[in-house]
Amino acid sequence: MSSRFLSSLGVAAVLCACACARSNPPVKTDLHQLSRDDAQWVMPAKDYASTRYSGLAQINTSNAKQLKLAWTVSTGHDRGHEAGPLVIGDTMYYVTPFPNDLIAIDLKNPTGPPKWKYRPQNLETESQGVACCDVVNRGAAYANGKVFLNTLDGRTCAVDAETGKEVWVRQLADINRGETITMAPLVVKNKVLVGDSGGEFGVRGWVTALDSETGKIAWRAYATGPDKDVLIGPNFKPFYATDRGKDLGVSTWPKDKWKIGGGTMWGWISYDPELDLIYYGTGNPGPWNPELRPGDNKWTSGIFARRPDTGEAVWYYQWSPHDEFDYDGINEQLLLDLPIGGKTRKVLVRPERNGYMYVLDRATGEVLSADAYGAVTSSFGVDLKSGRLIPNKAKEPGTGKVIPDICPAAPGAKDWQPSAYSPRTRLIYVPHQNLCMQHEGTDVNYIAGTPYVGANVVMVPGPGGHRGEFDAWDPVQRKKVWSIRENFPVWSGALVTAGDVAFYGTMDGWFKAVDARTGTLLWQFKTSSGIIGQPVTYRGPDGKQYVTIAAGVGGWAGAIVAGGLDPRDATAALGFVNAMKDLPGATNKGGVIYTFALP
Amino acid sequence: MRNALLLASCLLAAAACRREQREIVHSPAASHASGGIVRLSELQPGQPTPEVEVRNASEEKAYDINEGKRLFAAYNCSGCHSHGGGGIGPALMDNYWVYGSHPENIHDTIVEGRPNGMPSFGGKIPDYQIWEIVAYVRSLSGLVNPTVAPSRDDHMQVKVAEQSKKEESTEEKKKP
Ligand code: HEC
Repeated sequence: MSSRFLSSLGVAAVLCACACARSNPPVKTDLHQLSRDDAQWVMPAKDYASTRYSGLAQINTSNAKQLKLAWTVSTGHDRGHEAGPLVIGDTMYYVTPFPNDLIAIDLKNPTGPPKWKYRPQNLETESQGVACCDVVNRGAAYANGKVFLNTLDGRTCAVDAETGKEVWVRQLADINRGETITMAPLVVKNKVLVGDSGGEFGVRGWVTALDSETGKIAWRAYATGPDKDVLIGPNFKPFYATDRGKDLGVSTWPKDKWKIGGGTMWGWISYDPELDLIYYGTGNPGPWNPELRPGDNKWTSGIFARRPDTGEAVWYYQWSPHDEFDYDGINEQLLLDLPIGGKTRKVLVRPERNGYMYVLDRATGEVLSADAYGAVTSSFGVDLKSGRLIPNKAKEPGTGKVIPDICPAAPGAKDWQPSAYSPRTRLIYVPHQNLCMQHEGTDVNYIAGTPYVGANVVMVPGPGGHRGEFDAWDPVQRKKVWSIRENFPVWSGALVTAGDVAFYGTMDGWFKAVDARTGTLLWQFKTSSGIIGQPVTYRGPDGKQYVTIAAGVGGWAGAIVAGGLDPRDATAALGFVNAMKDLPGATNKGGVIYTFALP
Repeated sequence: MRNALLLASCLLAAAACRREQREIVHSPAASHASGGIVRLSELQPGQPTPEVEVRNASEEKAYDINEGKRLFAAYNCSGCHSHGGGGIGPALMDNYWVYGSHPENIHDTIVEGRPNGMPSFGGKIPDYQIWEIVAYVRSLSGLVNPTVAPSRDDHMQVKVAEQSKKEESTEEKKKP
């Protein structure tokens, strides 16, 4: 009910924007409010806190076993489908991998032809050559009657949610420098927040805010370079001393190396409307071979809290100073209010690529705890006094040095695949991988638009031999409550509902529903291709609860299938292929959107 | 000892005697038979007319192929194609060629670039080096004489040496 009402409000906003934009500013969607409506799924992570939790409970632990296929739609694409759909009113929106189509599906008639399909004009096919890890896209965003998507070749497009007509397009990234865009944007206070990809190409990372109505750039914050470029000013108050000082984005690098130093932002953004802070991480420093860039390499592999209006930095914390293993810091941040030390604290929980589950005070950036949730040999933990990661010197890479058994491997204990949190179970559901690597640093030339890595990597399964896990983690008790082992890395996102059912997919194509309290498998369905997408749930126009997942293997983990790579070279796909030699036998490519419901 | 080895390998494959040749001044590595056409498609409307036959002299010299191997890393080909298994770009050690496996095809691929993300290196790499890289790329799928292909690697072992690489089965059709 409320969803229909709110969506008609959205339509009113569009009409008003056309009819009366001159005199009155258009009515703006209150996304925070809208995200509470469980009939819809209005932003990539369901809400600003990035919980991926839905209050819908029609599907529960006792009836989940009856779930049946409701409808399917082919996306017409065969590379990795990492995106999750949005549901706005009675329409579902899905962004495909490159060439990026935005498909609108009428939920009143999902088996009929799509409402419309939008493809940005003249996409540059060359952009596929500078996409490190398959030509994926992680989803769209919505606000004020418009859907926003990013294209691999570096644009942000605003499309009328009703008609599919283009409203504006802004070119942001330059593929000739190795920049692409793969992340799902987030709209905060009528600003579309977008970051770049290209950490393996010596690009300089940034996040840009665009006016949602015009596409005009409001601000851009770089992750390296002088304070004025990083939008560090008088209100910047990092918690730890090592993050204080002038122009650390220059002085923590060898001369001029910050210009090609990475720190991209291809992951997730969260927003706390009360503190009025956005949170996002920064990618790995480049090149991978750390010997070529002595210093802390600020502000890469860390996290910023910023004001959405101006972009100005409020605090920063560095997960992996002088990152040595490609530990991008761009994973999701769950904004939770948890009882810690006898009082309720506003925290930010981050399952970080370096293998630790961090709990940070989200007002200040103080690390409250950091516990390993996967196999870690690359470091000995986090010193809670200084906040600093304690590196294992024995695993420090260097040119010509071959180092075995580095855990986690380059994609980390967990990569981009987002977790979910249920306020009912108070557990975080963490899809992740269990991989270690052998690493050799090499020399590398910087040639704009070509990879800038400087490492030979060979990945292998981690301790236990299984390559993936789906875990339930208690952020207060700071421990794993249950864990499901999966043969392949769990490269899909997680979803959890008020029916106490958690959903995820596997790379060999099983879509699974498990009991959120025990991890017991309730139901599974074999899709046509490996799953690396993000499950969502919504209430359809008929009042029923639906669950949607896109199948379509690929991504870095599935590159061996999506790109038809040759497993005889252990370093193929930056070493991931060596750990995935059996994937081509287990699944095939091809994107299909699956939706399930109770009979 | 070394000479004896050399001699032995020459006896094994007379053509491979050239393997130790190095040039100070680079003569054009490849010679085109005049008038031919570099074809990318096997389909020819009407009567078949001859294709250009290109001899890449670098394919006969171990030094050149080894140089090709070094340049493959130095120009960051390896960043996109790994050590032949592929990554961003396709695998180059298999027998599936979209844009042709002949030396002139690979030369064109490197010079012109390809629309789905292969950069155009034309004007950025000296031509003799391109022919060296071409020879190395072909060695990845066993298309050059194994006696001249690189036999060892100073890096972490990640695949079999090019030298022990047999020519990929031609069951799958080679283009052109
Ligand atoms: C920035 C990434 C990138 C770099 C650097 C790169 N390549 Fe490529 N390469 C590609 C991609 C992507 C393709 C596939 C292009 C297509 O299908 O249109 C490709 C295609 C090719 C092909 C054609 C394969 C076939 O099946 O016909 C060859 C040969 C090749 N590259 C060799 C090289 C060499 C040699 C270098 C270094 C001089 C190099 N590449 C550098 C990305 C790259």
